[in-house]
Amino acid sequence: MNQTVSHRDTETQRLLNFSVSLWQKRFLFWLLPLSFLLIFFFFPLSRILILTFDASTFTLENLRIAINALGFTFYQATLSTLLTLLLGLPAAYLFARYDFRGKSLLRALIAVPFMLPTVVVAAGFNALLGPRGLLHTLFPVASLPFIGTLTAILVAHVFYNATIIIRVVGNTLSGLDPKMEQAARSLGANPFRVWWNVVLPLLRPSLFAASLLVFLFDFTSFGVILLLGASRFSTLEVEIYLRVLKLPNIPLAALLSIVQLVCTLAFSILYTRFTSRIFSYTPRSAKSNIRKPKTIREKVFVITFCLLLSAFFILPLSALPFRSLFRLEADRGQRNEIQPGFTTDYYTELFVNRRGSVFYVPPIEATFNSLGYASATVALSLLLGFPAAFALAKPTRLEKILDPLIMLPLGSSTVMLGLGFIISYGAWLTSPFLVPVAHTLVALPFVIRTLQPAIASIPQRLRQAASSLGASPFQVWKTIDLPILRRATLAAGTFAFTISLGEFGATLLISRPEYPTIPVAIERFLSQPGGLNYGQAMAMATILMTLTTLSILLIEKLRLPGAGEF
Amino acid sequence: MLEVRNLFKSYDGKPLLKDISFQVGVGKTVCLLGASGSGKSTLLKIVAGLESPDSGSVLFDGHDLANTPPHLRDFGLVFQDYALFPHLDVYDNVAFGLKMRRMNQDEIAQRVANSLEMVNLTEFEKRQVTDLSGGEQQRIALARALAPRPRLLMFDEPLGALDRTLREDLLNELRKILHQTQIPAIYVTHDQEEAFAIADRLLILHDGIIVREGHPADVWSNPGSAFVARFLGLGNVMEGKAIGNKKVETAFGTFRIDCVHTHQKGDKVHVLVRPLTRVERSEPLGEGRRNAVNLIQGIVTDILFQQERFKVTLDNGLYFYLSESPKIGEKIAVQVKVECLT
Amino acid sequence: MKRFVFLFVFLLASCSSQENVTPQFTGPQTLTVMTHDSFAVSEAVVKSFEEANNAKVVFLQSGDAGAVLNKAILTKDAPLADLLFGVDNTFLSRALEADIFEAYDSPALHEISSEFKLDSSNHALPVDFGDVCINYDKSYFAGNNLPVPQSLEELTKPEYKDFLVVENPATSSTGLAFLIATIAHYGDEFPDYWRALKANGVVVVDGWETAYYTNFSGSSGNGPQPMVVSYGTSPAAEVVFAETPPENAPTASIIGLDTCFRQIEFVGILKGTRQRHLAETFVDFMLSKEFQEDMPLQMFVYPVNQTATLPEAFVKYAQVPDQPASLAPDEIAANRDQWIQEWTNIVLK
Repeated sequence: MNQTVSHRDTETQRLLNFSVSLWQKRFLFWLLPLSFLLIFFFFPLSRILILTFDASTFTLENLRIAINALGFTFYQATLSTLLTLLLGLPAAYLFARYDFRGKSLLRALIAVPFMLPTVVVAAGFNALLGPRGLLHTLFPVASLPFIGTLTAILVAHVFYNATIIIRVVGNTLSGLDPKMEQAARSLGANPFRVWWNVVLPLLRPSLFAASLLVFLFDFTSFGVILLLGASRFSTLEVEIYLRVLKLPNIPLAALLSIVQLVCTLAFSILYTRFTSRIFSYTPRSAKSNIRKPKTIREKVFVITFCLLLSAFFILPLSALPFRSLFRLEADRGQRNEIQPGFTTDYYTELFVNRRGSVFYVPPIEATFNSLGYASATVALSLLLGFPAAFALAKPTRLEKILDPLIMLPLGSSTVMLGLGFIISYGAWLTSPFLVPVAHTLVALPFVIRTLQPAIASIPQRLRQAASSLGASPFQVWKTIDLPILRRATLAAGTFAFTISLGEFGATLLISRPEYPTIPVAIERFLSQPGGLNYGQAMAMATILMTLTTLSILLIEKLRLPGAGEF
Repeated sequence: MLEVRNLFKSYDGKPLLKDISFQVGVGKTVCLLGASGSGKSTLLKIVAGLESPDSGSVLFDGHDLANTPPHLRDFGLVFQDYALFPHLDVYDNVAFGLKMRRMNQDEIAQRVANSLEMVNLTEFEKRQVTDLSGGEQQRIALARALAPRPRLLMFDEPLGALDRTLREDLLNELRKILHQTQIPAIYVTHDQEEAFAIADRLLILHDGIIVREGHPADVWSNPGSAFVARFLGLGNVMEGKAIGNKKVETAFGTFRIDCVHTHQKGDKVHVLVRPLTRVERSEPLGEGRRNAVNLIQGIVTDILFQQERFKVTLDNGLYFYLSESPKIGEKIAVQVKVECLT
Repeated sequence: MKRFVFLFVFLLASCSSQENVTPQFTGPQTLTVMTHDSFAVSEAVVKSFEEANNAKVVFLQSGDAGAVLNKAILTKDAPLADLLFGVDNTFLSRALEADIFEAYDSPALHEISSEFKLDSSNHALPVDFGDVCINYDKSYFAGNNLPVPQSLEELTKPEYKDFLVVENPATSSTGLAFLIATIAHYGDEFPDYWRALKANGVVVVDGWETAYYTNFSGSSGNGPQPMVVSYGTSPAAEVVFAETPPENAPTASIIGLDTCFRQIEFVGILKGTRQRHLAETFVDFMLSKEFQEDMPLQMFVYPVNQTATLPEAFVKYAQVPDQPASLAPDEIAANRDQWIQEWTNIVLK
């Protein structure tokens, strides 16, 4: 029954009048994130494009290249996204609904590939599927060709990106009221129809958000295409890379960049169309939704799927620690007599600067640097992402314009952007503070897309209740939004963290070798031959994996101040 | 007709329901009354098929439902927090169960209109459920459960989230609907006023077992145990010792009791002193009234106005309803009827 | 993933040349050297330069040779460093044409053999050389009783089917070097050669790392192919970087006629530097015995300074071809794109 007592109304009114007017409030929200994007993305990118774009590049040949590249890029990205959904959705369901032993560990491990350098991932798959890999040793049939096939690309994409679906969608899933499903079942919906008619529609916003993120990642995928595609496949990003750095044809690269940007914009706009309606409902504590599997069918599902996930994610990854601890070439003279020997040599060697090189990366320092950058990235992207997500959760006309622009950094060529930076900022961008800035450019869309559906789903009346009780807007945010958003914030923060840990490129390029990070170290080891180098690369990769897993587990245990059971 | 036989259910090793058996006949409303956490909701879920019991069975019309999944049992479920589907409007919410049964559009439209009419919300078809007030949402939830004409309705504290006046109104509507449709119903609540208002039979759950079962009026007059008396708020419950047939000694005095049980000397007896039974306000005991039977004296410590009476609490903790208000600090004596419970 | 290119490109600039405008006697001057990612040098060596010259040397690593050069060209009006090291003979013409260097007739040049002095104007001075050669897995060949191929022609023989992994010349300078070797040998007939190679199952990957560590059987990666296009010094590296140094290197190079391609790397002073004097000193230093003798075990390249002695590992385990393939830098610059395109059409399509 509407009990809006009149005096309460005016009180709320008064409160609102005290705060700034609506437009100013909107502007405040966008101030930080927009300035960030303007300075570090729009400005440098537009400069390089204006500088290098040449109308004369509109030749038939160039257009043909562009269309071919676009076609394949779109094709593989769509396929990859669909496959990722195929694996990721049931996995999200598994983690959101069931409790079982080893759950946190498994979920953390699935996030690990996200930040491993592509070379390392290829090594893992090779150790598993290659002609001298595990599979071949167990089942000595002719080994399936892997590297150089579209399958390899698709599999690698799923491997990398499944965690996005699991986290973003799983987040929403755990917040759904189980009573709705119970009501549906009592009304005659069999389990499939419960899903189709009740759960999926409610999942739609986060489903679309997750799919878009995965799609854009696959759309601009570079290392995977280059390495696992063995030069047989070419996407827009690869072509841009080639035209900028290898067979320079920068005007053509600019053209391709623009095509890429236009496509990203188009996808983003489509996304905003599809997710215009967010349904608000009082969120549930995650705990009330999770239980141990009870029926035989549930148990079978849980066990088989866990096994499947383990096989898919853990097996390839396990090759790395294995190779870092076991010597497989004790005697390379006799090829078939491999004498495996357990050794910690590779790890101890990490601490030795055998060649006295100036570019030696001490492992502890590398670890600290990686963690430092990662923390800075988390802080920065949350700081920028929260206000933007808030503004987007209650969109006005301003947001409708700005919304698609958020995704652009993810969908644009990093090579071009890098050039843009060189031209625009050139000499006076020296500091390592830019590393987290660069990481944030990639992490920000994730953070925003993870937070936005969560924020939008908080029923307005909760906030109204709080503010009618005398809470200032900030207090409302702190006592209502923040606890409810804890889950989403943790998911967003975890993304930012893992993106930063694996942001291989930034750190490789670090001008000051004083702040090298783990991916840099891995890359350095793999750039020269030698068993020690390979072993150390594996050791560092293992350290990176362990670091990520531990950090993720730790973050999940973290509670935001004042948070309840949400 | 629904029959529940010997249900046992443990949760996390602790027994929640022990040997629960009852029946619900056509047109009857059985009310499960118990404190929060007493297992009432779990019992409903078991009947609905959303959870399985450790042992025991649920039968409908003699047919064991152990192998029937929830979506085929044809039982309606109404929750305390409505559990409406936020992404569907009122019409689609109410029509949901009908869509699941693959009815054709015209039939659905008719049934939906019908159900909405029953709950007095006929104009609401196109509204968004999230825009409705609590009472409206609850009625939509009811309409949704009714639309498929289930063979059993289950209510899990449906009125708990509503305010008093609304509760009364809805309770009346509910009774009317249940009476009209003759659908057997299980109504779960912790509020005894609701229970008394709606039940044809009352089942009081305590510690996992049914401690009292019967027609509300019967339970009211013969609670049968101290727990039930206290739980139903029937009056002052005291513990005493039998010192002879029909005589009990308590901390508040020795009383002659009205009892169907026989007690041996020294037996522990629970007695009930109803606040509204034959009370008279009398002067403090003088010499001449010493031998008056069943008199309780005390100093008034609290008076609560309850529209048609005063609830007067004495310093010994007992309370009574009087038609006129004494003053606080006044010493009064009341004559009471003492019933035995055990 | 794309990320790795992203920041790797952008942060190239993140090191500006921090020029103190303070007079020399108050504090060390900073010298910025832009190099590719394979650059390595001992701390001790750098320190000795820094101390001798009251300088601080900062290294800007910005990608591979081609990437570094392109960035230097792009920023030539506002150079990001004082020196650029890493332009090799395949890029030399482009670098000279782009006019990014200042000429410097270093006195140290007289110790350098003339075969390396490809730029007579001394805008780009040679620092080191290396040979891109095919490495083979010794135990594989021995174990299967196969003779090791000794020439480019033999690589097309059926007994070596599926044995060879090469890198894509479009994305890898190692792969490009090998391609140029075949062009130097076969001239305009090189497409036929590559058709034959393709028919014989040649495997193409994106870069040296993948080829060596994922595909090559002779490395710790335990890949399928027993022959890989790598470097003449790789066998020596395998010994140097083995946990227990073996008696013999597990791999060796094929050094038959034209099977190897000689890469020479150059350093140049970037036009517009404000540390001209210091840069000159550094160039002299790079050509001096001390630096030249440090290079082999750091970058696994050979010194151009004739007075420098080689480390034992090199002498024992690395093979140096008598007649490496070579082509004039001008010719390479003029035709490279077209060659790569042709190669792509034959091998990858």
